[in-house]
Amino acid sequence: MVTAPATAWDVAAAVPDPELPMLTLAELGVLAEVETDGRAVTAWLTPTYSGCPAIAEMAADVDARLRAAGYPEVRVRLRLDPPWSTDRITEDGRRKLAEAGIAPPGPAGPPLLRLGPTRHRAVTCPQCGGTDTEELSRFGSTACKALWRCRDCREPFERIKEI
Amino acid sequence: MTDHHVMPGHHGAGDDHVYLTLSEAGPELDGEARWAYGTGFSDPLLGVDTTVPAGLDGADLAAYCLMLGDDALVLAQRLTEWCTRAPELEEEVALTNLGLDLLGQARLLLTRAGQADGTGRGEDELAYWREAHEFRNVRLVEAPNGDFAHSVARLLLFATARGALYGLLAGHPDPVLAAVAARGVLELAYHQEYATAWTLRLGDGTPYSAARMQAGLDAVWPLLDELFTPHPVELRIGADPSALREPVLRTLAAVLAEAGLTVPEARPLAFVGGRAGRDGVHTEALGPLLAEFQVVARAHPGATW
Repeated sequence: MVTAPATAWDVAAAVPDPELPMLTLAELGVLAEVETDGRAVTAWLTPTYSGCPAIAEMAADVDARLRAAGYPEVRVRLRLDPPWSTDRITEDGRRKLAEAGIAPPGPAGPPLLRLGPTRHRAVTCPQCGGTDTEELSRFGSTACKALWRCRDCREPFERIKEI
Repeated sequence: MTDHHVMPGHHGAGDDHVYLTLSEAGPELDGEARWAYGTGFSDPLLGVDTTVPAGLDGADLAAYCLMLGDDALVLAQRLTEWCTRAPELEEEVALTNLGLDLLGQARLLLTRAGQADGTGRGEDELAYWREAHEFRNVRLVEAPNGDFAHSVARLLLFATARGALYGLLAGHPDPVLAAVAARGVLELAYHQEYATAWTLRLGDGTPYSAARMQAGLDAVWPLLDELFTPHPVELRIGADPSALREPVLRTLAAVLAEAGLTVPEARPLAFVGGRAGRDGVHTEALGPLLAEFQVVARAHPGATW
């Protein structure tokens, strides 16, 4: 095995995420590694959540893009260790999320078990930049998102939650 | 004259736009490739090294993965039953999200079980084609949902205990089990936080909400101890759950104290001849749950779409 030439990585890295199409799999941090061995390419993906239903489509997309780019032998594999973390979302990915109206996550870490009054992280509204925001629900339209609202512009928005 | 022009009024701009969008998606992503379900990519452990490490017994590892996988699968089904029935839309989304996490864990664990025992059974075969007495889940997860507070109480007990267990298993010698646990511990932290928040809200709410929450706790509490009662397989695999009893009970007691609720004094639900869920001895609630869960797969064996 040799280190992947930039091209195979670039092809796989450019595949958009099926649920967050403004992000590539590389920007989301799902693309773990790409190796080439002669004419064969192996790409490893790390699923976001255990139950993420998009992983099958991600794998199919990476496979199709690499074949279309001229690699005759393509394997897409899963890598579970280390687990995906929102810390793997790149700076470009965070900027694109915010531009698409989805608040990017803060530093990863488990939610602390709080027995006192609920205190949310300070989150900036991706629509108006306001800081008077509140969480409506910790769970949203996909496993990785929470639902928030901004009290400055009165608009709801989604936010990638830390994991 | 071979030029073709779309007659205004015959094809709306919307139609053109749709086809344009599809064609611009790129030839490399045409047709069936967009729909991966039923393709070779459905194996949740695709490409993961599934060699059973030396020093671990494959049959024991499989039995243990089945225990944890069945816990997750059955509770996922119970949580999904709240879909269209929860008090608020947000809670419905939350409960089904939690179910999705558990379903994902179940898929990985059942797949691991089918590999480790050498039978090569896939996740679907294990999920859809076993009978109730072949399921290895604890009885806590199969109990009917009851009302919302009852379901919150069950989730609080399960998520607190399972999060603690995953924390231990993240260092297990089996790399697949360890990876599932390392991912799952953070997911369970969200489950625990959700259940804790609702326990506080209901317990510290009105006298009526507190009474409903207490009733839910009283109902599920006898099922808690089974999670800490070691099965020989758990001991052989190096995952003695009795080590969790004290720290989990301490965490639960702190939550209930803050919520103004009482730790139930109910005795654990008895085993039958020394056997319970881990040996396939279940309550009458599991059969109907499985009947609903399995009916489509059994009516159309091997169906794809």
